[in-house]
Amino acid sequence: MNAWSRFRRNRLALIGLALIAVLTISAALAPWLAPYDPARQSLVEKRARPGAKYWLGADEFGRDILSRVIYGARVALLVGVLSVVIALAGGLLLGTLAGFLGGWLDAVMMRGVEILLAFPYLLLALAIVAVLGPGALNTTIAVGIWGIPAVTRIVRGAVLALRETEFVGAARALGAPALAVLGRHILPNILPGVVVYATLFMANAILLEAALSFLGLGVQPPTASWGLMVSTGRDVLLVAPHVATVPGVAIMVAVLAFNLVGDGLRDALDPRLRGSA
Amino acid sequence: MLIFVVRRLLLAVPVLLGVVFVVMLTVDLLPGDAVSLMLGEHATPEAVARLREHLGLDKPFLVRYADYIGRVLRGDLGRSIQQNRPVAAELGDTWPATLELTLAALVIAGVAGVVSGVASAVWPNSVFDALARLGSLFGLSMPIFWTGLVLIVVFSLWLNWLPVGGAGSPSHLVLPAVTLALPSVAMVARMTRSAVLDVLREDYVRTARAKGVGEVWVLGRHALQNAFIPILTLLGLQSGQLMGGAVLTETVFAWPGLGRLMVRAIFARDYILLQGAVLLFALAFVVINLLVDLSYGWLDPRVGRQG
Repeated sequence: MNAWSRFRRNRLALIGLALIAVLTISAALAPWLAPYDPARQSLVEKRARPGAKYWLGADEFGRDILSRVIYGARVALLVGVLSVVIALAGGLLLGTLAGFLGGWLDAVMMRGVEILLAFPYLLLALAIVAVLGPGALNTTIAVGIWGIPAVTRIVRGAVLALRETEFVGAARALGAPALAVLGRHILPNILPGVVVYATLFMANAILLEAALSFLGLGVQPPTASWGLMVSTGRDVLLVAPHVATVPGVAIMVAVLAFNLVGDGLRDALDPRLRGSA
Repeated sequence: MLIFVVRRLLLAVPVLLGVVFVVMLTVDLLPGDAVSLMLGEHATPEAVARLREHLGLDKPFLVRYADYIGRVLRGDLGRSIQQNRPVAAELGDTWPATLELTLAALVIAGVAGVVSGVASAVWPNSVFDALARLGSLFGLSMPIFWTGLVLIVVFSLWLNWLPVGGAGSPSHLVLPAVTLALPSVAMVARMTRSAVLDVLREDYVRTARAKGVGEVWVLGRHALQNAFIPILTLLGLQSGQLMGGAVLTETVFAWPGLGRLMVRAIFARDYILLQGAVLLFALAFVVINLLVDLSYGWLDPRVGRQG
């Protein structure tokens, strides 16, 4: 039984995949799906309850929450995907360098990684975003950089493990150049683990962006970010709870989707890794 | 065993020094000039230069780094720009509140997570197990700041059982601690379930059962004791999550702790206070991980023997 059929049998993972599809479609087709312009204010109707006109209600400026949630999917997915790419690119590069070359380079890099990982997760991202400044792009970069130490350590570990295996040894003995060994033997073998990690990282990236935006250090108004929507909805929490709570459901659904798929991938790609199945 | 402890302690020192380095570097890179901010808009260039020299900010980075380490070791973390109080005093006022919150959350996570995980492992694929696993997935996916707001809406607004925010009485601690604990409960439950399941599959458990040992004994003595180590590691790692989450939880519930102080320091551009606060968080995390490592040596005899 191969990995794909294992994955297909996992109902939760398929649900996750469907949710991701819904999210992606929402993000891509936002201008056509959203009933209103997300920035359109209607102060007369501020804090409107969910109803016929505004399906999920309106926020404190009378903006349609449904439209803003749909557009918010763009921010969440863009920040998520781009930050994963940054984290993977940086981590793969540094990790393979450290694992393959070894020596003092490896030692220095691992000390650096250890120090960066000594910071509680949010603090590191906060520090980076404080240096770079607020905004969607900077938040993306910050989350990406935040992810590099962890990916580096994982990739390095995998490269080290594979470096000692017989087939790599045989390839080197046959005179294969280092880069070829890297590209054709080592990288393809770490790929499944990286894919699983990347999916679960997406989930965390979305949560992190939401948290940073919630604190006011991430995406700035008037861009519709789910975290930012929860934050501004806080002001009217006691009179109009839907303003803050509805966007949070969107965050949860998106994160859940990636967690489900990540879990499913992990179970499918290596049943031996079944940690929490 | 002693060698193991000493080695671990020594290894922690460069990490601690590195943490201070990164924090100082970050603060240096922050946009804006701390000295001009301190003196305000109408400061003359001479005044700014004099203050900079007085504070020692004109010296090269490494000199300031060494100087800061020296001062930290003596307990001097500088003065907060905003409050004009010693940073150490500001930190001293707030860290007990964060400690209280984090400990409460850790206890909740440990107890609820382990109990749920063990129950799931003992009755796998039961209704409880299915619900628990689904609940864990949701718990991991819910943003802490949102969970807190939802709990406020339900328990303060609608039911009026608990206060909305602030601190002072045990009832003030309930919602923030539960909010903070939730993702950790989920992680611990999942981890415990798989760890206990793994142990229950081992040969020595089969032997014990074949010998006729009671199930409770099998569970308590064999399963839990051996699953304990990964669970402990996880709890140690979770403390980092909890500290990060504390920043968000304290903001939502207006809990007067270190996290809220830190966020306000960022917005107030109070770099000196920020430096101290981040440092304290990071150091606490390093110390906790060190303690977890050391407890390994104590709990797992194999580790202690190798040294």
